Amino acid sequence: MKTIFAMLLMVFASVLLAKESIKSLRGDHAIDEISVMPTVKKMAKDGDPIERNYVQQPPIIPHSIKGYRVNLKSNKCMSCHSWKNYKSSGATKISQTHFKGRDGKPMAKVSSRRYFCMQCHVPQANTKPLVDNTFKPLSSVSSED
Amino acid sequence: MNFILKRIKPLLTTTIILSFIGGIVFWGGFNWGLEATNNENFCISCHEMRDNVFEEYKETIHYTNRTGVRATCPDCHVPKDWYPKIIRKIQASREVYHKILGTIDTREKFEAERLHIATREWKRLKASDSLECRNCHNYESMDFVEQGQRAVAQHSVNLDKGKTCIDCHMGIAHQLPAGWEEGAKEAGLDRH
Repeated sequence: MKTIFAMLLMVFASVLLAKESIKSLRGDHAIDEISVMPTVKKMAKDGDPIERNYVQQPPIIPHSIKGYRVNLKSNKCMSCHSWKNYKSSGATKISQTHFKGRDGKPMAKVSSRRYFCMQCHVPQANTKPLVDNTFKPLSSVSSED
Repeated sequence: MNFILKRIKPLLTTTIILSFIGGIVFWGGFNWGLEATNNENFCISCHEMRDNVFEEYKETIHYTNRTGVRATCPDCHVPKDWYPKIIRKIQASREVYHKILGTIDTREKFEAERLHIATREWKRLKASDSLECRNCHNYESMDFVEQGQRAVAQHSVNLDKGKTCIDCHMGIAHQLPAGWEEGAKEAGLDRH
């Protein structure tokens, strides 16, 4: 009886909370209103490497990746960023960490859990951040320059 | 003499007129046939092309882009000049043969042959110094100020070194097959 009461209370509370704080992905518009189409964001075409914004941030992609395919058959990123190709293409090489398997053992090839580059590394568009954050770059936690 | 000329004159006139008309009909018909088999609608009338390569192609910049200028299949796969075009057309009879045999009539069969097909096309473009690319993309008209810095770094150095478009720009209009790196090597592409 006690547990049922507790569960009911939880459901009730979550319904109340949901009503107040959760906003759907389509924004503040009522379901019967026509929503406003957001402007299409233009991706930065090309540029120099971008400084990291916080410790352990995966470096962000400073160029357009339109049409770049990463699948079982091919990985477009690797045609410049692989250890074999980075010198001739002048690209940043992928980190050593990407060659470690999930059990921590070093591998000869990029680990499959690191294979899909855009899971962590993302291209940039000149837009306002969706939410505020307090992430700090390395200089704020390191006393060295 | 006069008598003979009088006899054959109408015959001669008829022959000349008929040859003239025949010439127009046959030559015109030949060219019409050539053009009719040299456009995208003809290419994608085969489901092998329509469901595989054309479907992939529709996502790429050569099909959809800012200005709406686009390339069709023969723009890249058939030479523009008459002589090379005829050679390519004769070679293409093999494609008709394989269409009849059904060599790539399922997705699985197509995927299995894909590396082979792609490698042959890379070889062709490598051998022609990417002629079909250069029909539209003129190196002399490339403005390095307008290009992205990665493009400038590659184009300004490598094109002068004798590299050709397909060396780097393979897999831009159709997806790369599994094992494409071996295919590129076999086709003699100098990727870096």
